[in-house]
Amino acid sequence: MTTGYAPLLESLTRLRGIRGAMVVSAEDGLVVAESLMGGIKGPSLAAMAASLTSRASELAVKAGLGAPRFLHLQAADGSLLVAPASSDLVLVAVAARDVPLGLLRLEMLRMAERLV
Amino acid sequence: MRAIEPWVLGPLRTFVAESSARIALLMTTSGQVVAQHGFTGALDLMAAAALGSGIVASGSELAMEMDWPPFRVVAHQGERQSHLLAWFDTPRGRWIALIVFGNETKLGLVQVFFDRMVDELVSAAPPEASQRREVLAADFERELNTSLRALFGR
Repeated sequence: MTTGYAPLLESLTRLRGIRGAMVVSAEDGLVVAESLMGGIKGPSLAAMAASLTSRASELAVKAGLGAPRFLHLQAADGSLLVAPASSDLVLVAVAARDVPLGLLRLEMLRMAERLV
Repeated sequence: MRAIEPWVLGPLRTFVAESSARIALLMTTSGQVVAQHGFTGALDLMAAAALGSGIVASGSELAMEMDWPPFRVVAHQGERQSHLLAWFDTPRGRWIALIVFGNETKLGLVQVFFDRMVDELVSAAPPEASQRREVLAADFERELNTSLRALFGR
């Protein structure tokens, strides 16, 4: 894990039901820092999350909504949460099904503001 | 999309479709083209293969000078197009891939699908013929012409 982002990711992964968190470069989809449970493929997740974020941004802008502040992809066994930060980075979290999503969303938005 | 050996086409086709790569070139370390997608002229293709294998060779020498393990991937990010140059080992020896992609995809995605293509190529490679024939000038010319026809359909 990249030292500078370690405390931020650790505080996120300490939350109940969080299976992993990453800081990803939005432009190229590469991992900047990660704290993931076993079984989650960091490079694939980073690439897909960055791609999803850029497509969603395009969609939101074309719909006249402006840049998205938060993405929540709900799947059968959990959720993928993405908070784009202002500095070309995105904060990504993988959550199990039974997490307090409201609290997690607030926490991620707060953390995304601190990403530089 | 064209390939000297047909078993390369499946993994390459999947890679191009999934990664949205604009150009893909597979070659040996000596710059001999194995397969290509996206090239339209023979000269461009041969120049790209020669330059790509040269860059990998000089990168490997540089790493050796520095006592580092050889660079496996070189990525260059351009304003409208980027490229990824990487070597990988197959049952047919070490190959090099040159991938050109635009802003419609991302380096991370290209790398993820590239790693998958390498796995597929390694699995799909038929065992190499155990006995090698002596290479004659006439055979060389005939094989070169066959390769060019396979790559460009001429």
